[in-house]
Amino acid sequence: MSTVSMPLADSAIMLRRNLKHTMRNPMVVFNAVLFPIVLMLMFVYVFGGAFNVGEKYVDYATPGLLVTAICYGLGSTAVAVNSDMTKGIINRFKVMDVSRGAVLTGHVIVTTVRGLVAIAAIIGVAFAMGFRSPASALDWLGAIGVIVMLSFAASWLTVALGLAAKTAESAGLATVPLVILPFLSSAFAPADKMAPGVRQFAEYQPFTPVIETLRGLLTGNPPAGHAIAAVAWCAGFALVGYVWAVATFKKRA
Amino acid sequence: MRTSDIAVSGLRKAFGEKVVLDGISFDVAAGSVFSMLGPNGAGKTTTVNVLTTLLKADAGTVRVAGYDAATATKDVRAAIGVTGQFAAVDELLTGRENLRLMADLKRVRSGDRVVTGLLERFDLAESADKLASTYSGGMRRKLDLAMTLVGSPRVIFLDEPTTGLDPRSRRTMWGIVRELVADGTTIFLTTQYLEEADQLADRIAVLDQGRLIAEGTPEELKRQIPGTHVRLRFAHLGELDAAARLLHGSARDDQELTLRVPSDGDPRSLRALLDLLDEHAIDSREFSVHTPDLDDVFLALTEHATATEIAR
Repeated sequence: MSTVSMPLADSAIMLRRNLKHTMRNPMVVFNAVLFPIVLMLMFVYVFGGAFNVGEKYVDYATPGLLVTAICYGLGSTAVAVNSDMTKGIINRFKVMDVSRGAVLTGHVIVTTVRGLVAIAAIIGVAFAMGFRSPASALDWLGAIGVIVMLSFAASWLTVALGLAAKTAESAGLATVPLVILPFLSSAFAPADKMAPGVRQFAEYQPFTPVIETLRGLLTGNPPAGHAIAAVAWCAGFALVGYVWAVATFKKRA
Repeated sequence: MRTSDIAVSGLRKAFGEKVVLDGISFDVAAGSVFSMLGPNGAGKTTTVNVLTTLLKADAGTVRVAGYDAATATKDVRAAIGVTGQFAAVDELLTGRENLRLMADLKRVRSGDRVVTGLLERFDLAESADKLASTYSGGMRRKLDLAMTLVGSPRVIFLDEPTTGLDPRSRRTMWGIVRELVADGTTIFLTTQYLEEADQLADRIAVLDQGRLIAEGTPEELKRQIPGTHVRLRFAHLGELDAAARLLHGSARDDQELTLRVPSDGDPRSLRALLDLLDEHAIDSREFSVHTPDLDDVFLALTEHATATEIAR
């Protein structure tokens, strides 16, 4: 086995394990896929009518819901990573000739895949609810790229949070800010209509540029400034998450 | 030639101020069972962790399966199997999937055959497709050991493998250990159960407060401590009297007509004793050597160590 293919093969084995875990845990599927759809129905049909966003609300909210959907799936990853560390199975992997990062990359990939399934569901439901986009195929490709990038970055950060937490419960709690943040952005209402303080926060927090980039791409006019900020934030999250996760993993494993 | 599969010399390990292993050395012959006995907190698990590359030693050398545990960690890991104190199984996978996971990670060829074989051998075939979270404690431990055996590791570490098992499962476990040794596997076993060490081990080391305070075969250990004695039973009080006068330091029991003679139990001194009785024409009806069991040894050794510690 060559030195390059070994970690890859190990990661694939771990990914298969994590996929089985996901399929067997209805709560994980519910949180990651169904809950964002419930949220979407609520926002569009219950609150949306009252918001004046200057366009059809489903068109405005869909980009934000895509980001929210990714964030909702993170909690279960943090819990799963943490239980891996506390439930003994990791001790077995540690004394085997298994590539060290495979356990972590397995979690990152499964979270990203789960996020993409949720995204596909949201987009499907959005179209059913009347969402229309003038975006070209290239714009869609760009949007998917942004989603994968965010999902990947958030997954590494989540894996790090899961590793750093002492118990599975606190690991789940640690991801709550990531779930709350999209609500304090321009996801569901334009930032300039928010109260002062909240508005500044919404304008400068990481999810706003990501959501604005997505919104721009899906409405056919991507704003370059937001896109650069979005890429920078995601790269930052991914890097911090990765370095933190690997360092914590080395310490614990 | 495979002579020793585990060679440890001057192993030291401290966590901060607390010295856990204070320079221990031992050798485990290939294809043998070596048991490390010790009370809780003696440093058994730390030893296992160093030997299985999970911890770095502060000083000393450790070679496992011929590789240096500090530098050739990959080679050591590829050669060993470890079953720890807590069942390391994936509860969200079935028994079969757990074994399959191991077979995949170890790149075992014909993994299906190996997995099916292990399920049958460990009496898990019926529950093979149930989630491990539904298994009883004993079944989990069996699955855990089965996972360790995937890929036929050359050296197996068992850290208190039968703690919390019922007597029947414990015997099954012993049977498996014996089979493994028969196949040439080297086994490093830690246990709190002296009977277990007595049953399985070729050599036993007693670890107390980070030091090896005794090492040898179970019989050697039992003989090391005072308490081994020869018991003679006589037909008449007269013979008992004669023998008691002859053998200094012996203790008589007039009711039972027995005499307890301190002895180290080795054949030469036994023969000398019998010859002596013969010379004086004293005829004993029964002759038996009583060695204390390992519990006596263990208590005597660790108490002694504790006493000297206090004396210092």
